[in-house]
Order: sequence, then C-alpha cells, then structure tokens
Amino acid sequence: MRPEEGTIPSRAVAIKAVLDLLTDQPVIICNGFPSREACKLADRPTHFYMIGSMGLAPAIGLGVALAKPNKKVIVLDGDGNVLMNLGTLATVGALKPKNFIHVVFDNEVYGSTGNQPTISRIVRLDQVAKASGYVNVERAREREDVTYEFKDMLQKDGPSFLLVKITEQAEDVDRVPLEPTEITRRFMKAIE
Amino acid sequence: MIDSDDFVRALKDTGFDFFTGVPDSILAGIIAVLIDQRLYLPAVREDEAVAMAAGAYMAGKVPAVLMQNSGLGNCLNVLASLNLIYRQPCLLLISWRGFQGKDAPEHLVMGQTMTQLLDTVGIPHRTLSEQTLVEDLNWTAKTFMEKRLPVALLLKKGTVKGLQP
Repeated sequence: MRPEEGTIPSRAVAIKAVLDLLTDQPVIICNGFPSREACKLADRPTHFYMIGSMGLAPAIGLGVALAKPNKKVIVLDGDGNVLMNLGTLATVGALKPKNFIHVVFDNEVYGSTGNQPTISRIVRLDQVAKASGYVNVERAREREDVTYEFKDMLQKDGPSFLLVKITEQAEDVDRVPLEPTEITRRFMKAIE
Repeated sequence: MIDSDDFVRALKDTGFDFFTGVPDSILAGIIAVLIDQRLYLPAVREDEAVAMAAGAYMAGKVPAVLMQNSGLGNCLNVLASLNLIYRQPCLLLISWRGFQGKDAPEHLVMGQTMTQLLDTVGIPHRTLSEQTLVEDLNWTAKTFMEKRLPVALLLKKGTVKGLQP
C-alpha cells in the first residue's frame, strides 16, 4: 500500500479513476450523488443506479456476485450508506464471494441531504470490513492510490474493500435520467 | 402437515433456485433442508435478504426469501423503493406469527395487520395450505413472472413441518 499523503480527490475524480479501469463488469451504485455522478461521468448498461433503498447496494451486489461467480462485481458505496447497514459487511465477510469488490467513497457527511456529519470520522469502516472477514482491505487518499489499489483488487480473489477518503465536493449533476424499470431491464440484458 | 423435504422439492420444481432469509421457528424445517442441500444463504436482516434476492434475480436466478412476519416490517423500504419501482420480483415465504392472536405479545400487531399491510403496499399474497400446495406454488410463479413483483406466500404454524412438528 502506498503512503497516505497528498491531495484528496473529490468523489467524481475517484469514481472516474475506478470506472476508467472497468469495461463490462456489473457495477451497483448507491443512491444519492454517487449514482448521479457515475451516470454523468460514464453511463454504461452494466451500471445499476439506485435511487432509493439506502444501505442496500452491497446486498444487491452480493446477490449478483453469488449468481454470477465468473464475473467481478463492483459496488460503489458511501459512508452513510455503509453505516446504515453495517451488518451487510458481516454477511459479505461470511459468504466470502471471491468476485466481490466494495468501494466506499467516504466524505464523512450525508452529502445528498445537506452535508450533515456521519460518524465515519470516528468509526474506521476499513477496520470494520477487515474484522468482518473481507480478504483485501485498503485505504486510499490520492487518485493514483485509487487506481493502484483498485487495479490490484481486480486481479485478486476477494471479497475486497477499498475505502477512499474524499472531500465533500459534489458535482452539479441532475438526477439519473432513466426510469427504474429501464435501469433493471438494461442491466439484466447487459450482464446476461 | 407437509414434509419439509417435499416442500423444498416443490419449490425447486416450481423453478426457485436462490434461497436466502432470516430464520423463524415455523420455517426451521425448510431452512434445515436448504442448509443440508447447501442452498441457503443466510442474511442478517430481512431487507438485506430481499436486496440479495433482487441482485440474484437480475443475474438470472429465481429467488425466494424466507422470513418471520416481524421481518416484513424491516422490509417496507426495500420493497417500496427497490422491488416495486424497479420491478424486481421474488417469492417472500413469510411465517404468520400472531395468527388469530395466539402468540407472544410482540407478534400480535403484525399478526393481525400483515395481510392489510401487503394489500396496502401492493404485494400479492396467498396463504399456503397442504391441500393446494402445487396450485399455490404455481400461482406464486405465475404472479412472479407476469407482474414482476414480489409475491408473498404466508405459512401458518403446522402447515409445513417446523421446529416443533
């Protein structure tokens, strides 16, 4: 792991670093700004954008990963989301899908509702993931670290957990311009 | 009383091939068979199980989620803001604790209001009986495929062999 120093990227920069390394892998993206930003940065039919059911992105990803053991499944998540359903870290750690990569963009606030503080400043989510049984757990603070660690996780057996510490900066982005039924339909077709 | 082995066989014959959930004593016999056959994926919360089922459905599986009806309370948000709006079906195998007011106090409110709750949210449901097992399961599969919505099959104590047969 590279040293934790240097510039802290915004979430959009970090999301782009991850998406740049992906082609046709299924990606589940949590509700709020992460889905909107991912959709704007690089919309792909393999993206499942969530608009509700906060906290459940890794559970959806786990279902995909268990049903498709030959595809690497990526979950893009946030600190508020993870804290809402910490139990799912345990479920992932116990079921240990090798093809599961959980990336958490941690800005220590509920960014979609007005930047109220989360408790991730106090609770080390990467340590919780490690204790829950994730096999590879890393923490990144620079864009190059995100690229380096995520590329490494794509090669390794998981489950893997990448905590990316980011700023509160959010892009000026619209809501995801797709109907939920259309998101389901095209995601299912794309990962067939 | 339906034997748990027979019930699991009937579920598989109907097409269900992904099983997750949170245990209840009424469901214990079914879960024991699923564990024995290495088909059961344990969840820690019922809404997590429903979300896992949604992912599995999108990846080509026909999922079933087992839960006590108290867990239905935990599922209201996932059903409302994931399954129902994204059209992601699953079979909800829900044990009916508190049926006719005969259970521990914590089960009485949900036991009395569960079917109204399912009607209000818009989830089709039916109560399983031994006499109509095949018909009931065919109805769940048909509703699942046609409506692409979660469909609930309610299990009263003693319909399928549970923890205390």
